[in-house]
Amino acid sequence: MDDRTKLELKKTATKIRMGIITAVASAGSGHPGGSLSLADILTFLYFREMRVDPKNPKDPNRDRFVLSKGHCTPGLYSTLAHRGFFPVEELTGFRQTQSHLEGHPNMDKVPGVDMSTGSLGQGISAAVGMALAGKIDKKDYRVYVAMGDGELQEGQVWEAAMAAAHYKLDNLTVFVDYNGLQIDGKITDVMNPEPIADKFAAFGWNVIEIDAHDFDQIEEAVNKAKETKGKPTMILAHSIKGKGVSYMENQASWHGSAPKKEQADQALAELNDYLNSLEQ
Amino acid sequence: MSEKIATRVAYGKALAEIGHNENIVVLDADLSKSTRTDFFQKQYPERHFNMGIAEANMMAVAAGLASCGKTVFASTFAVFAAGRAYDSVRNSIGYPHLNVKIGATHAGITIGEDGASHQMLEDIALMRAIPGMTVISPADAVSTNALVKLAAEMYGPVYLRLGRLDVPVIYDADTKFEIGKGIQLRDGNDMTIIATGFMVDPALKAAEMLKNDGISARVIDIHTIKPLDNDIIVKAAKETGAIITCEEHNLFGGLGSAVSEVVVKNCPVPMDMVGLEDTFGESGKPYELVEKYGLTPENVYNKAKTLLNRK
Repeated sequence: MDDRTKLELKKTATKIRMGIITAVASAGSGHPGGSLSLADILTFLYFREMRVDPKNPKDPNRDRFVLSKGHCTPGLYSTLAHRGFFPVEELTGFRQTQSHLEGHPNMDKVPGVDMSTGSLGQGISAAVGMALAGKIDKKDYRVYVAMGDGELQEGQVWEAAMAAAHYKLDNLTVFVDYNGLQIDGKITDVMNPEPIADKFAAFGWNVIEIDAHDFDQIEEAVNKAKETKGKPTMILAHSIKGKGVSYMENQASWHGSAPKKEQADQALAELNDYLNSLEQ
Repeated sequence: MSEKIATRVAYGKALAEIGHNENIVVLDADLSKSTRTDFFQKQYPERHFNMGIAEANMMAVAAGLASCGKTVFASTFAVFAAGRAYDSVRNSIGYPHLNVKIGATHAGITIGEDGASHQMLEDIALMRAIPGMTVISPADAVSTNALVKLAAEMYGPVYLRLGRLDVPVIYDADTKFEIGKGIQLRDGNDMTIIATGFMVDPALKAAEMLKNDGISARVIDIHTIKPLDNDIIVKAAKETGAIITCEEHNLFGGLGSAVSEVVVKNCPVPMDMVGLEDTFGESGKPYELVEKYGLTPENVYNKAKTLLNRK
Protein backbone atom coordinates (compact mmCIF):
# COMPACT_ATOMS: atom_id res chain seq x y z
CA MET A 1 0.00 0.00 0.00
CA ASP A 2 1.44 3.40 -0.90
CA ASP A 3 1.98 6.06 1.77
CA ARG A 4 -0.68 8.37 0.41
CA THR A 5 -3.37 5.66 0.54
CA LYS A 6 -2.30 4.68 4.01
CA LEU A 7 -2.44 8.29 5.19
CA GLU A 8 -5.96 8.68 3.81
CA LEU A 9 -7.07 5.48 5.56
CA LYS A 10 -5.58 6.71 8.84
CA LYS A 11 -7.44 10.01 8.51
CA THR A 12 -10.67 8.21 7.75
CA ALA A 13 -10.20 5.82 10.68
CA THR A 14 -9.65 8.79 12.98
CA LYS A 15 -12.86 10.45 11.76
CA ILE A 16 -14.67 7.15 12.29
CA ARG A 17 -13.29 7.00 15.83
CA MET A 18 -14.58 10.54 16.44
CA GLY A 19 -17.98 9.38 15.19
CA ILE A 20 -17.86 6.49 17.64
CA ILE A 21 -17.28 8.86 20.56
CA THR A 22 -19.98 11.23 19.33
CA ALA A 23 -22.54 8.42 18.98
CA VAL A 24 -21.86 6.82 22.33
CA ALA A 25 -21.66 10.14 24.19
CA SER A 26 -24.94 11.30 22.60
CA ALA A 27 -26.66 8.08 23.60
CA GLY A 28 -25.19 8.04 27.09
CA SER A 29 -24.64 4.30 26.57
CA GLY A 30 -23.13 1.88 24.08
CA HIS A 31 -19.88 0.09 23.39
CA PRO A 32 -16.88 2.30 22.59
CA GLY A 33 -14.02 -0.08 23.52
CA GLY A 34 -14.62 -2.81 20.94
CA SER A 35 -15.73 -0.27 18.33
CA LEU A 36 -12.44 1.62 18.62
CA SER A 37 -10.40 -1.60 18.45
CA LEU A 38 -12.22 -2.59 15.25
CA ALA A 39 -12.12 0.84 13.58
CA ASP A 40 -9.07 0.27 11.36
CA ILE A 41 -10.42 -3.04 10.03
CA LEU A 42 -13.79 -1.42 9.30
CA THR A 43 -12.03 1.47 7.59
CA PHE A 44 -9.97 -0.84 5.41
CA LEU A 45 -12.97 -2.97 4.44
CA TYR A 46 -15.37 -0.13 3.57
CA PHE A 47 -12.88 2.38 2.10
CA ARG A 48 -10.39 0.12 0.37
CA GLU A 49 -11.67 -3.39 -0.08
CA MET A 50 -15.36 -4.11 -0.21
CA ARG A 51 -17.51 -3.83 -3.33
CA VAL A 52 -20.37 -1.76 -1.92
CA ASP A 53 -22.42 1.12 -3.26
CA PRO A 54 -24.16 3.46 -0.81
CA LYS A 55 -26.63 4.34 -3.58
CA ASN A 56 -27.56 0.70 -4.02
CA PRO A 57 -27.08 -0.87 -0.58
CA LYS A 58 -29.03 -4.04 -1.44
CA ASP A 59 -27.12 -4.83 -4.65
CA PRO A 60 -27.24 -8.65 -4.85
CA ASN A 61 -23.63 -8.72 -6.08
CA ARG A 62 -22.19 -6.62 -3.26
CA ASP A 63 -19.66 -7.87 -0.76
CA ARG A 64 -21.28 -8.51 2.62
CA PHE A 65 -20.20 -7.54 6.10
CA VAL A 66 -21.68 -9.09 9.23
CA LEU A 67 -21.01 -7.51 12.60
CA SER A 68 -21.24 -10.70 14.63
CA LYS A 69 -20.10 -8.71 17.67
CA GLY A 70 -23.30 -6.74 17.21
CA HIS A 71 -22.81 -4.45 20.19
CA CYS A 72 -20.09 -2.59 18.27
CA THR A 73 -22.65 -0.61 16.28
CA PRO A 74 -20.90 2.70 17.03
CA GLY A 75 -18.01 1.45 14.90
CA LEU A 76 -20.22 0.08 12.13
CA TYR A 77 -22.59 3.06 12.00
CA SER A 78 -19.78 5.60 12.02
CA THR A 79 -18.11 3.70 9.17
CA LEU A 80 -21.33 3.43 7.14
CA ALA A 81 -22.12 7.11 7.71
CA HIS A 82 -18.65 8.25 6.63
CA ARG A 83 -18.92 5.96 3.59
CA GLY A 84 -22.13 7.74 2.60
CA PHE A 85 -24.86 5.26 3.49
CA PHE A 86 -26.56 7.89 5.68
CA PRO A 87 -25.65 11.36 7.01
CA VAL A 88 -22.91 11.52 9.64
CA GLU A 89 -25.13 13.90 11.65
CA GLU A 90 -27.50 11.00 12.35
CA LEU A 91 -24.90 9.40 14.63
CA THR A 92 -26.10 11.71 17.42
CA GLY A 93 -29.43 9.84 17.37
CA PHE A 94 -27.75 6.54 18.26
CA ARG A 95 -29.86 4.35 20.58
CA GLN A 96 -32.65 6.91 20.75
CA THR A 97 -36.34 6.29 20.14
CA GLN A 98 -36.75 8.42 17.02
CA SER A 99 -33.56 7.16 15.37
CA HIS A 100 -33.08 4.17 13.08
CA LEU A 101 -29.73 3.53 14.74
CA GLU A 102 -30.69 0.67 17.05
CA GLY A 103 -28.31 -0.38 19.81
CA HIS A 104 -27.62 -3.52 17.80
CA PRO A 105 -27.71 -3.65 13.98
CA ASN A 106 -31.07 -3.88 12.23
CA MET A 107 -30.82 -4.73 8.53
CA ASP A 108 -34.33 -3.45 7.84
CA LYS A 109 -33.76 0.00 9.31
CA VAL A 110 -30.16 0.96 8.55
CA PRO A 111 -28.87 1.21 4.97
CA GLY A 112 -25.69 -0.81 4.58
CA VAL A 113 -26.36 -3.23 7.42
CA ASP A 114 -26.35 -6.70 5.88
CA MET A 115 -27.57 -8.71 8.87
CA SER A 116 -29.40 -8.03 12.10
CA THR A 117 -27.19 -9.24 14.92
CA GLY A 118 -26.81 -8.84 18.64
CA SER A 119 -27.08 -12.31 20.10
CA LEU A 120 -23.42 -13.35 20.00
CA GLY A 121 -22.44 -16.30 17.84
CA GLN A 122 -25.29 -15.90 15.37
CA GLY A 123 -23.65 -13.46 12.96
CA ILE A 124 -20.99 -15.90 11.86
CA SER A 125 -23.72 -18.49 11.20
CA ALA A 126 -25.66 -16.02 9.05
CA ALA A 127 -22.44 -15.20 7.20
CA VAL A 128 -21.98 -18.91 6.49
CA GLY A 129 -25.46 -18.80 4.91
CA MET A 130 -24.50 -15.79 2.79
CA ALA A 131 -21.28 -17.45 1.65
CA LEU A 132 -23.20 -20.64 0.85
CA ALA A 133 -25.70 -18.62 -1.22
CA GLY A 134 -22.77 -17.14 -3.13
CA LYS A 135 -21.49 -20.64 -3.92
CA ILE A 136 -24.96 -21.87 -4.98
CA ASP A 137 -25.42 -18.87 -7.26
CA LYS A 138 -21.79 -18.93 -8.48
CA LYS A 139 -21.41 -15.27 -7.56
CA ASP A 140 -18.02 -13.75 -6.81
CA TYR A 141 -19.02 -11.60 -3.84
CA ARG A 142 -17.13 -12.07 -0.58
CA VAL A 143 -18.47 -12.20 2.95
CA TYR A 144 -16.62 -10.53 5.83
CA VAL A 145 -17.35 -10.99 9.52
CA ALA A 146 -16.12 -9.23 12.64
CA MET A 147 -16.25 -11.26 15.82
CA GLY A 148 -15.21 -10.53 19.35
CA ASP A 149 -12.63 -12.70 21.08
CA GLY A 150 -15.01 -13.10 24.03
CA GLU A 151 -17.68 -14.11 21.51
CA LEU A 152 -15.67 -17.27 20.83
CA GLN A 153 -17.05 -18.57 24.13
CA GLU A 154 -20.43 -19.07 22.42
CA GLY A 155 -20.71 -22.71 21.31
CA GLN A 156 -22.55 -21.75 18.13
CA VAL A 157 -19.36 -20.13 16.80
CA TRP A 158 -17.79 -23.57 16.54
CA GLU A 159 -20.87 -25.04 14.87
CA ALA A 160 -20.51 -22.31 12.26
CA ALA A 161 -16.75 -22.82 12.01
CA MET A 162 -17.31 -26.52 11.33
CA ALA A 163 -19.93 -25.78 8.66
CA ALA A 164 -17.80 -23.15 6.89
CA ALA A 165 -14.88 -25.55 6.58
CA HIS A 166 -17.15 -28.47 5.63
CA TYR A 167 -18.64 -26.53 2.73
CA LYS A 168 -15.22 -25.11 1.75
CA LEU A 169 -16.42 -21.52 1.99
CA ASP A 170 -13.30 -19.77 0.73
CA ASN A 171 -15.43 -16.69 0.06
CA LEU A 172 -15.76 -16.18 3.83
CA THR A 173 -13.25 -14.16 5.88
CA VAL A 174 -13.67 -13.73 9.62
CA PHE A 175 -11.81 -11.14 11.65
CA VAL A 176 -11.47 -11.90 15.34
CA ASP A 177 -10.96 -8.58 17.11
CA TYR A 178 -8.39 -9.89 19.54
CA ASN A 179 -8.26 -7.19 22.20
CA GLY A 180 -8.16 -9.69 25.05
CA LEU A 181 -10.87 -8.05 27.13
CA GLN A 182 -14.56 -8.67 27.74
CA ILE A 183 -17.07 -7.16 30.14
CA ASP A 184 -15.91 -9.01 33.24
CA GLY A 185 -12.19 -8.70 32.52
CA LYS A 186 -9.51 -10.58 30.60
CA ILE A 187 -10.85 -13.25 28.27
CA THR A 188 -8.29 -15.65 29.70
CA ASP A 189 -9.65 -15.08 33.22
CA VAL A 190 -13.37 -15.14 32.34
CA MET A 191 -13.34 -18.25 30.14
CA ASN A 192 -10.17 -18.95 28.29
CA PRO A 193 -10.76 -19.40 24.53
CA GLU A 194 -7.05 -20.01 23.79
CA PRO A 195 -5.38 -21.22 21.70
CA ILE A 196 -7.61 -19.34 19.24
CA ALA A 197 -5.41 -19.70 16.15
CA ASP A 198 -4.84 -23.41 16.75
CA LYS A 199 -8.55 -24.02 17.30
CA PHE A 200 -9.56 -22.48 13.98
CA ALA A 201 -6.70 -24.26 12.22
CA ALA A 202 -7.89 -27.53 13.72
CA PHE A 203 -11.38 -26.79 12.41
CA GLY A 204 -9.90 -26.60 8.92
CA TRP A 205 -9.52 -22.85 8.50
CA ASN A 206 -6.74 -20.82 6.97
CA VAL A 207 -5.41 -18.72 9.88
CA ILE A 208 -3.48 -15.45 9.67
CA GLU A 209 -2.31 -13.32 12.60
CA ILE A 210 -1.90 -9.58 12.22
CA ASP A 211 -1.71 -6.26 14.02
CA ALA A 212 -5.27 -4.93 13.75
CA HIS A 213 -4.01 -1.35 13.54
CA ASP A 214 -1.56 -1.84 10.66
CA PHE A 215 -3.20 -1.25 7.28
CA ASP A 216 -0.43 -3.03 5.37
CA GLN A 217 -0.94 -6.15 7.43
CA ILE A 218 -4.73 -5.97 7.10
CA GLU A 219 -4.43 -5.66 3.33
CA GLU A 220 -1.93 -8.47 3.04
CA ALA A 221 -4.12 -10.78 5.14
CA VAL A 222 -7.25 -9.99 3.13
CA ASN A 223 -5.37 -10.65 -0.10
CA LYS A 224 -4.07 -13.96 1.22
CA ALA A 225 -7.63 -14.90 2.19
CA LYS A 226 -8.79 -14.16 -1.35
CA GLU A 227 -6.01 -16.33 -2.79
CA THR A 228 -6.81 -19.25 -0.47
CA LYS A 229 -8.95 -21.86 -2.19
CA GLY A 230 -11.11 -24.49 -0.51
CA LYS A 231 -11.14 -23.13 3.03
CA PRO A 232 -12.40 -20.09 4.93
CA THR A 233 -9.94 -17.67 6.51
CA MET A 234 -9.80 -16.43 10.10
CA ILE A 235 -7.70 -13.32 10.66
CA LEU A 236 -6.69 -13.11 14.30
CA ALA A 237 -6.30 -9.36 14.62
CA HIS A 238 -4.30 -8.32 17.68
CA SER A 239 -5.93 -5.07 18.73
CA ILE A 240 -6.08 -2.57 21.54
CA LYS A 241 -9.47 -2.14 23.14
CA GLY A 242 -10.31 1.56 23.16
CA LYS A 243 -7.58 2.27 20.56
CA GLY A 244 -7.05 5.99 19.92
CA VAL A 245 -8.48 7.36 23.17
CA SER A 246 -5.76 7.42 25.83
CA TYR A 247 -7.87 6.75 28.88
CA MET A 248 -9.91 4.00 27.20
CA GLU A 249 -7.01 1.92 25.90
CA ASN A 250 -6.77 -1.57 27.38
CA GLN A 251 -9.54 -0.89 29.91
CA ALA A 252 -12.31 -3.49 30.13
CA SER A 253 -14.47 -0.91 31.88
CA TRP A 254 -14.91 0.92 28.54
CA HIS A 255 -16.42 -2.17 26.94
CA GLY A 256 -19.97 -1.02 27.46
CA SER A 257 -20.04 2.40 29.07
CA ALA A 258 -20.26 5.86 27.58
CA PRO A 259 -17.96 8.80 28.31
CA LYS A 260 -19.43 11.76 30.17
CA LYS A 261 -19.41 15.15 28.44
CA GLU A 262 -15.94 16.19 29.66
CA GLN A 263 -14.51 12.77 28.90
CA ALA A 264 -16.02 12.82 25.43
CA ASP A 265 -14.60 16.30 24.83
CA GLN A 266 -11.17 15.08 25.85
CA ALA A 267 -11.45 12.03 23.57
CA LEU A 268 -12.55 14.15 20.62
CA ALA A 269 -9.74 16.64 21.29
CA GLU A 270 -7.16 13.84 21.33
CA LEU A 271 -8.50 12.37 18.12
CA ASN A 272 -8.70 15.79 16.50
CA ASP A 273 -5.08 16.51 17.44
CA TYR A 274 -4.10 13.23 15.84
CA LEU A 275 -6.10 14.07 12.73
CA ASN A 276 -4.40 17.47 12.50
CA SER A 277 -0.99 15.82 12.86
CA LEU A 278 -1.88 13.52 9.95
CA GLU A 279 -2.99 16.43 7.80
CA GLN A 280 0.26 18.37 8.25
CA MET B 1 -60.78 -41.84 4.69
CA SER B 2 -58.98 -45.07 5.47
CA GLU B 3 -55.62 -43.92 4.13
CA LYS B 4 -53.08 -42.84 6.74
CA ILE B 5 -50.04 -40.65 6.02
CA ALA B 6 -47.77 -38.75 8.39
CA THR B 7 -47.72 -34.99 7.87
CA ARG B 8 -43.89 -35.10 7.83
CA VAL B 9 -44.07 -37.41 4.80
CA ALA B 10 -46.49 -35.04 3.09
CA TYR B 11 -44.06 -32.21 3.89
CA GLY B 12 -41.11 -34.01 2.32
CA LYS B 13 -43.10 -34.89 -0.79
CA ALA B 14 -44.41 -31.34 -1.15
CA LEU B 15 -40.84 -30.00 -1.00
CA ALA B 16 -39.84 -32.39 -3.77
CA GLU B 17 -42.85 -31.22 -5.82
CA ILE B 18 -41.88 -27.55 -5.57
CA GLY B 19 -38.15 -28.20 -5.79
CA HIS B 20 -38.03 -27.18 -9.46
CA ASN B 21 -38.11 -23.63 -8.12
CA GLU B 22 -34.37 -22.98 -8.09
CA ASN B 23 -34.73 -20.40 -5.36
CA ILE B 24 -35.60 -23.08 -2.82
CA VAL B 25 -32.82 -24.32 -0.55
CA VAL B 26 -33.40 -27.06 2.03
CA LEU B 27 -31.36 -27.49 5.21
CA ASP B 28 -31.46 -30.42 7.57
CA ALA B 29 -29.70 -31.36 10.80
CA ASP B 30 -28.84 -35.05 10.37
CA LEU B 31 -32.51 -36.06 10.27
CA SER B 32 -33.34 -35.94 6.58
CA LYS B 33 -34.67 -39.49 6.57
CA SER B 34 -37.01 -38.62 9.45
CA THR B 35 -38.06 -35.10 8.44
CA ARG B 36 -38.36 -36.58 4.95
CA THR B 37 -36.40 -33.82 3.27
CA ASP B 38 -34.62 -36.81 1.68
CA PHE B 39 -37.32 -36.74 -1.02
CA PHE B 40 -36.05 -33.28 -2.01
CA GLN B 41 -32.43 -34.31 -1.55
CA LYS B 42 -32.75 -37.17 -4.05
CA GLN B 43 -34.03 -34.84 -6.75
CA TYR B 44 -32.08 -31.68 -5.96
CA PRO B 45 -28.90 -32.68 -4.10
CA GLU B 46 -27.21 -29.41 -5.12
CA ARG B 47 -29.73 -27.42 -3.06
CA HIS B 48 -29.98 -29.70 -0.02
CA PHE B 49 -27.42 -29.07 2.73
CA ASN B 50 -26.90 -31.19 5.78
CA MET B 51 -25.83 -28.87 8.59
CA GLY B 52 -25.09 -31.69 11.01
CA ILE B 53 -26.34 -31.85 14.57
CA ALA B 54 -26.12 -28.10 15.06
CA GLU B 55 -29.64 -26.67 14.97
CA ALA B 56 -28.91 -23.19 16.31
CA ASN B 57 -26.31 -22.71 13.59
CA MET B 58 -28.65 -24.14 10.97
CA MET B 59 -31.37 -21.58 11.73
CA ALA B 60 -28.98 -18.63 11.47
CA VAL B 61 -27.40 -20.10 8.31
CA ALA B 62 -30.95 -20.24 6.93
CA ALA B 63 -31.30 -16.55 7.77
CA GLY B 64 -28.09 -15.74 5.90
CA LEU B 65 -29.26 -17.67 2.84
CA ALA B 66 -32.62 -15.93 2.98
CA SER B 67 -30.92 -12.53 3.18
CA CYS B 68 -29.44 -13.37 -0.23
CA GLY B 69 -32.87 -14.03 -1.72
CA LYS B 70 -33.29 -17.75 -1.09
CA THR B 71 -36.52 -19.36 0.08
CA VAL B 72 -35.14 -21.62 2.78
CA PHE B 73 -36.77 -24.64 4.38
CA ALA B 74 -34.86 -25.58 7.55
CA SER B 75 -35.92 -28.90 9.02
CA THR B 76 -35.39 -30.75 12.24
CA PHE B 77 -37.51 -32.11 15.09
CA ALA B 78 -39.84 -29.54 16.64
CA VAL B 79 -38.12 -29.83 20.02
CA PHE B 80 -34.84 -28.66 18.46
CA ALA B 81 -36.32 -26.22 15.94
CA ALA B 82 -38.41 -24.25 18.41
CA GLY B 83 -36.58 -25.19 21.59
CA ARG B 84 -32.85 -25.54 21.17
CA ALA B 85 -32.65 -23.07 18.28
CA TYR B 86 -35.16 -20.58 19.70
CA ASP B 87 -32.69 -17.72 19.98
CA SER B 88 -31.53 -18.10 16.37
CA VAL B 89 -35.15 -18.28 15.23
CA ARG B 90 -36.08 -15.20 17.24
CA ASN B 91 -33.10 -12.97 16.52
CA SER B 92 -31.83 -14.07 13.11
CA ILE B 93 -35.11 -15.10 11.42
CA GLY B 94 -37.98 -13.44 13.28
CA TYR B 95 -36.50 -10.04 14.04
CA PRO B 96 -35.33 -9.31 10.46
CA HIS B 97 -38.48 -11.08 9.15
CA LEU B 98 -36.50 -13.27 6.77
CA ASN B 99 -37.94 -15.75 4.32
CA VAL B 100 -37.26 -18.95 6.25
CA LYS B 101 -39.74 -21.79 6.60
CA ILE B 102 -39.10 -23.97 9.61
CA GLY B 103 -40.18 -27.54 8.94
CA ALA B 104 -40.60 -28.81 12.50
CA THR B 105 -41.45 -32.49 12.48
CA HIS B 106 -42.07 -34.96 15.31
CA ALA B 107 -44.10 -32.47 17.36
CA GLY B 108 -46.15 -33.61 20.33
CA ILE B 109 -46.43 -36.84 22.33
CA THR B 110 -47.31 -38.95 19.30
CA ILE B 111 -43.64 -39.42 18.50
CA GLY B 112 -44.08 -42.06 21.21
CA GLU B 113 -41.19 -44.16 22.39
CA ASP B 114 -38.46 -41.45 22.32
CA GLY B 115 -40.15 -39.95 25.35
CA ALA B 116 -40.47 -36.58 27.01
CA SER B 117 -37.12 -35.10 25.95
CA HIS B 118 -38.26 -35.30 22.32
CA GLN B 119 -41.98 -34.62 22.73
CA MET B 120 -42.33 -30.93 21.92
CA LEU B 121 -45.39 -29.52 23.67
CA GLU B 122 -44.47 -25.82 23.93
CA ASP B 123 -43.63 -24.88 20.35
CA ILE B 124 -46.93 -23.24 19.44
CA ALA B 125 -46.57 -20.97 22.46
CA LEU B 126 -42.95 -20.12 21.67
CA MET B 127 -43.43 -19.54 17.97
CA ARG B 128 -46.65 -17.54 18.10
CA ALA B 129 -45.01 -15.19 20.60
CA ILE B 130 -42.48 -14.12 17.97
CA PRO B 131 -43.76 -11.01 16.14
CA GLY B 132 -44.50 -11.68 12.48
CA MET B 133 -44.10 -15.45 12.68
CA THR B 134 -46.74 -17.44 10.81
CA VAL B 135 -47.58 -20.68 12.65
CA ILE B 136 -49.11 -23.55 10.69
CA SER B 137 -50.28 -26.83 12.20
CA PRO B 138 -51.86 -29.08 9.56
CA ALA B 139 -54.16 -31.97 10.37
CA ASP B 140 -53.45 -34.30 7.48
CA ALA B 141 -51.40 -34.98 4.36
CA VAL B 142 -53.65 -33.07 1.97
CA SER B 143 -53.64 -29.88 4.00
CA THR B 144 -49.90 -30.22 4.64
CA ASN B 145 -49.19 -30.46 0.93
CA ALA B 146 -51.23 -27.34 0.20
CA LEU B 147 -49.93 -25.32 3.13
CA VAL B 148 -46.27 -26.10 2.43
CA LYS B 149 -46.77 -24.78 -1.09
CA LEU B 150 -48.57 -21.68 0.18
CA ALA B 151 -45.81 -21.11 2.74
CA ALA B 152 -43.24 -21.23 -0.05
CA GLU B 153 -45.20 -18.64 -2.04
CA MET B 154 -45.60 -16.13 0.78
CA TYR B 155 -42.75 -13.93 2.00
CA GLY B 156 -41.69 -14.16 5.64
CA PRO B 157 -40.95 -16.63 8.41
CA VAL B 158 -43.24 -19.63 8.82
CA TYR B 159 -43.24 -22.36 11.45
CA LEU B 160 -44.73 -25.61 10.14
CA ARG B 161 -45.71 -28.00 12.94
CA LEU B 162 -45.68 -31.56 11.68
CA GLY B 163 -46.11 -35.02 13.15
CA ARG B 164 -44.29 -38.32 13.01
CA LEU B 165 -47.32 -40.58 13.23
CA ASP B 166 -49.37 -41.79 10.29
CA VAL B 167 -52.70 -40.00 10.58
CA PRO B 168 -55.99 -40.26 8.65
CA VAL B 169 -56.47 -38.19 5.53
CA ILE B 170 -59.35 -35.84 6.26
CA TYR B 171 -59.54 -33.61 3.23
CA ASP B 172 -60.44 -34.25 -0.38
CA ALA B 173 -57.50 -33.72 -2.68
CA ASP B 174 -59.08 -30.67 -4.34
CA THR B 175 -59.82 -28.76 -1.11
CA LYS B 176 -58.76 -25.12 -1.25
CA PHE B 177 -56.68 -23.82 1.66
CA GLU B 178 -55.66 -20.32 2.60
CA ILE B 179 -53.07 -19.42 5.24
CA GLY B 180 -54.92 -17.71 8.09
CA LYS B 181 -58.37 -19.10 7.22
CA GLY B 182 -59.83 -21.84 9.36
CA ILE B 183 -61.98 -24.54 7.82
CA GLN B 184 -65.39 -25.56 9.09
CA LEU B 185 -65.46 -29.31 8.70
CA ARG B 186 -68.87 -29.88 10.19
CA ASP B 187 -71.75 -27.54 10.93
CA GLY B 188 -73.53 -27.44 14.26
CA ASN B 189 -75.42 -25.04 16.51
CA ASP B 190 -75.08 -26.28 20.09
CA MET B 191 -71.34 -25.81 20.51
CA THR B 192 -68.08 -25.66 18.58
CA ILE B 193 -65.03 -27.89 18.72
CA ILE B 194 -61.94 -26.06 17.49
CA ALA B 195 -58.97 -28.32 16.83
CA THR B 196 -55.52 -28.21 15.27
CA GLY B 197 -53.07 -30.76 13.92
CA PHE B 198 -53.36 -34.31 15.22
CA MET B 199 -56.49 -33.42 17.26
CA VAL B 200 -58.72 -32.60 14.27
CA ASP B 201 -59.58 -36.25 13.65
CA PRO B 202 -60.51 -36.99 17.30
CA ALA B 203 -62.57 -33.77 17.26
CA LEU B 204 -64.58 -35.04 14.31
CA LYS B 205 -65.15 -38.36 16.06
CA ALA B 206 -66.24 -36.58 19.24
CA ALA B 207 -68.77 -34.57 17.22
CA GLU B 208 -70.18 -37.83 15.90
CA MET B 209 -70.51 -39.15 19.46
CA LEU B 210 -72.26 -35.95 20.52
CA LYS B 211 -74.65 -36.29 17.59
CA ASN B 212 -75.78 -39.64 18.98
CA ASP B 213 -76.79 -37.72 22.12
CA GLY B 214 -78.71 -35.22 20.03
CA ILE B 215 -76.03 -32.51 20.35
CA SER B 216 -75.08 -30.66 17.20
CA ALA B 217 -71.38 -29.72 17.39
CA ARG B 218 -69.61 -27.53 14.86
CA VAL B 219 -66.03 -28.60 14.08
CA ILE B 220 -63.36 -26.17 12.90
CA ASP B 221 -59.83 -26.99 11.80
CA ILE B 222 -57.47 -24.17 12.72
CA HIS B 223 -54.54 -25.11 10.50
CA THR B 224 -53.06 -21.62 10.90
CA ILE B 225 -52.63 -20.66 14.52
CA LYS B 226 -51.07 -17.35 13.57
CA PRO B 227 -52.42 -15.25 11.99
CA LEU B 228 -55.55 -16.63 13.60
CA ASP B 229 -58.90 -16.64 11.79
CA ASN B 230 -60.73 -14.37 14.24
CA ASP B 231 -63.88 -14.26 12.11
CA ILE B 232 -64.56 -17.97 12.12
CA ILE B 233 -64.00 -18.08 15.91
CA VAL B 234 -66.21 -15.09 16.74
CA LYS B 235 -68.93 -16.44 14.45
CA ALA B 236 -68.76 -19.80 16.22
CA ALA B 237 -68.94 -18.14 19.63
CA LYS B 238 -71.96 -16.08 18.62
CA GLU B 239 -73.83 -18.86 16.86
CA THR B 240 -73.08 -21.83 19.11
CA GLY B 241 -72.41 -20.22 22.52
CA ALA B 242 -69.70 -22.63 23.73
CA ILE B 243 -66.24 -23.58 22.50
CA ILE B 244 -63.91 -26.42 23.30
CA THR B 245 -60.38 -26.40 21.89
CA CYS B 246 -58.26 -29.49 21.17
CA GLU B 247 -54.49 -29.59 20.70
CA GLU B 248 -51.53 -31.90 21.12
CA HIS B 249 -49.70 -29.21 23.09
CA ASN B 250 -49.41 -27.88 26.60
CA LEU B 251 -52.54 -25.94 27.55
CA PHE B 252 -50.39 -22.91 28.36
CA GLY B 253 -49.91 -20.71 25.33
CA GLY B 254 -51.22 -22.96 22.57
CA LEU B 255 -54.40 -23.09 20.49
CA GLY B 256 -56.68 -22.88 23.55
CA SER B 257 -54.92 -19.72 24.71
CA ALA B 258 -55.00 -18.22 21.22
CA VAL B 259 -58.72 -18.91 20.74
CA SER B 260 -59.62 -17.64 24.21
CA GLU B 261 -57.75 -14.39 23.52
CA VAL B 262 -60.12 -13.80 20.60
CA VAL B 263 -63.23 -14.99 22.43
CA VAL B 264 -62.79 -12.84 25.57
CA LYS B 265 -62.25 -9.72 23.49
CA ASN B 266 -65.16 -10.23 21.13
CA CYS B 267 -67.85 -12.55 22.43
CA PRO B 268 -67.17 -14.23 25.77
CA VAL B 269 -68.75 -17.68 25.97
CA PRO B 270 -68.02 -20.73 28.16
CA MET B 271 -64.88 -22.54 26.99
CA ASP B 272 -62.88 -25.59 27.85
CA MET B 273 -59.63 -26.98 26.49
CA VAL B 274 -58.27 -30.40 25.71
CA GLY B 275 -54.49 -30.78 25.62
CA LEU B 276 -51.57 -31.63 27.86
CA GLU B 277 -52.35 -30.47 31.39
CA ASP B 278 -49.03 -28.72 32.10
CA THR B 279 -47.05 -31.92 32.05
CA PHE B 280 -44.20 -33.46 30.07
CA GLY B 281 -44.92 -36.65 28.19
CA GLU B 282 -43.20 -40.02 28.53
CA SER B 283 -42.15 -43.05 26.49
CA GLY B 284 -44.80 -45.33 25.17
CA LYS B 285 -46.70 -46.43 22.10
CA PRO B 286 -48.26 -43.33 20.51
CA TYR B 287 -51.89 -44.36 20.91
CA GLU B 288 -51.29 -45.54 24.48
CA LEU B 289 -49.95 -42.05 25.25
CA VAL B 290 -52.87 -40.47 23.42
CA GLU B 291 -55.15 -42.47 25.71
CA LYS B 292 -53.19 -41.71 28.89
CA TYR B 293 -53.02 -37.97 28.26
CA GLY B 294 -56.62 -37.61 27.18
CA LEU B 295 -56.16 -36.72 23.52
CA THR B 296 -59.08 -38.98 22.62
CA PRO B 297 -62.54 -38.48 21.13
CA GLU B 298 -63.95 -39.77 24.45
CA ASN B 299 -62.19 -37.07 26.47
CA VAL B 300 -63.31 -34.37 24.04
CA TYR B 301 -66.85 -35.76 24.23
CA ASN B 302 -66.87 -35.83 28.05
CA LYS B 303 -65.50 -32.33 28.38
CA ALA B 304 -67.97 -31.11 25.77
CA LYS B 305 -70.90 -32.53 27.72
CA THR B 306 -69.70 -30.82 30.92
CA LEU B 307 -69.13 -27.59 29.04
CA LEU B 308 -72.70 -27.59 27.75
CA ASN B 309 -73.92 -27.48 31.36
CA ARG B 310 -72.23 -24.09 31.69
CA LYS B 311 -74.03 -22.54 28.73
